[in-house]
Amino acid sequence: MRSSDGSLIEVHLTVNGDAVRRAVPPERTLAELLREDLLLTGCKQGCDQGDCGACTVLVDGRAQLACLTLVVAIDGATIETVEGLQQRGRLHPLQAAFVAHGAAQCGFCTPGMLLSAVALLRASPRASRDEIRAGLAGNLCRCTGYVKIIDAVEAVARGDDEEPAP
Amino acid sequence: MTATGYVRPASIAEAVAARAAHPDWIVLCGATDLMVEAPLRPAPVGVVDVWALAELCGIAEVDGGAVRIGAATPWRDVVTSPLIAARAPILAAAAREIGALQIQARGTIGGNVGTSSPVGDSLPVLLALDATVELASPRGTRRVPYRDYPTGYRTTALAADELIVAITIPAAHPGARQLWRKVGTRRAQSISKIMAAALLRVEAGRFVEARIGLGAVANRPIRAAGAEAAIVGAPVGEATADAAAAALAAELTPITDVRSTAPYRLATVQQVVRRFVLEASSPSSPD
Ligand SMILES: Cc1cc2nc3c(=O)[nH]c(=O)nc-3n(C[C@H](O)[C@H](O)[C@H](O)COP(=O)(O)OP(=O)(O)OC[C@H]3O[C@@H](n4cnc5c(N)ncnc54)[C@H](O)[C@@H]3O)c2cc1C
Ligand code: FES
Ligand code: FES
Repeated sequence: MRSSDGSLIEVHLTVNGDAVRRAVPPERTLAELLREDLLLTGCKQGCDQGDCGACTVLVDGRAQLACLTLVVAIDGATIETVEGLQQRGRLHPLQAAFVAHGAAQCGFCTPGMLLSAVALLRASPRASRDEIRAGLAGNLCRCTGYVKIIDAVEAVARGDDEEPAP
Repeated sequence: MTATGYVRPASIAEAVAARAAHPDWIVLCGATDLMVEAPLRPAPVGVVDVWALAELCGIAEVDGGAVRIGAATPWRDVVTSPLIAARAPILAAAAREIGALQIQARGTIGGNVGTSSPVGDSLPVLLALDATVELASPRGTRRVPYRDYPTGYRTTALAADELIVAITIPAAHPGARQLWRKVGTRRAQSISKIMAAALLRVEAGRFVEARIGLGAVANRPIRAAGAEAAIVGAPVGEATADAAAAALAAELTPITDVRSTAPYRLATVQQVVRRFVLEASSPSSPD
């Protein structure tokens, strides 16, 4: 049993492969931890109440909303954010496809879209257009660039964009 | 949300003890309801966090074909469970329409039951499938038929020191049809205008069993007792579908609010239930 009475609670996480140890109050959200403590500002707070998906990150491989997730509740979890997608300076194939297809306008929804797409393609690498639409249904784009976003993910699912853009 | 006390019990026994020791603390599971409501409420004194409490997670077959779903089981696991697909397909269908994938990864059945919103999507299904809620407290475990669980607008039969442990769905007759429909503004991430769930069974051209659960047409999820009475014993076909729709008009007084209007809600529920009756009337489609 873990308990506390007003004091901070120590939590261990793995964030983009790095071990992170922090003492947090019970109300600290994952979005606040990522943005304010770890300066991983790719996690966007759009609505802060679960509606927009801009704060989507992967928690133990599942796309989840950092704005609704309390840090204390995910002690021991592995977190992946958009900052961890590139490998040694090389864009993730989905990132490259977003660039190639013009799938980012203002870019605010892009990190969340990318992480939902990563989770989707890991589970179903050859996802159909309908599966992609369903997989991204929890991510809103206020610039309404959905067609290009879905095109980009579909290109990766079809294997069109094997070579990332330079 | 701010809270000063926090405990993460490692077992049901510890959770029950924590709840008894801190009757003014709240139970937190996936937090998808609590975090949204937090800014609107006074800060909780403390939190008993049952997310990922192993004894509350998982879906298993119990006594003779019933399915027991731990309260802390997230919707995603309900969607992907072969057991749910086989025994309670309309629960999987409802779960698939709760929020979007991110909410399904974190939102739980116990949380949906706990919030007991009139628009909780799984709740009409629990009514139609005649589910039972298992509750634990220092006084022991008790089972409440789900139909007696919601007592009013977001009020329930849960006592201040009780914990929701599991939801059990009894084995349905193999010939029974399960039907589900959520009507919202868009497919994903939308709160329902109305929901309807039904279990209907036909033998020799007559309905012998009918349970209809409705959401968003009253202050809590309800059974459509009048429509059920119009269906049971009646022959398959249009006349029974019409009688059920007429019974709904007599028994329902939905409200107008930001999501829909009273006339739209009534007309839509009538249409959905009509279709359920017609669908169950056609012998051909065993789904
Ligand atoms: C963007 C968004 C979209 C949504 N869309 C839908 C939708 O389409 N349909 C729908 O039905 N819901 C929807 N919801 C609401 C919510 O996701 C569901 O009700 C979910 O099932 C709640 O589960 P939870 O574990 O997150 O609950 P929590 O927030 O952790 O808890 C909810 C309530 O239940 C109580 N509780 C939880 N577990 C227990 C327990 N074991 N014992 C006693 N009390 C308990 C808590 O004290 C609290 O009062 C949505 C929410 C968001 C943020
Ligand atoms: S910021 Fe989390 S869903 Fe909008
Ligand atoms: S690119 Fe602007 S919100 Fe999607």
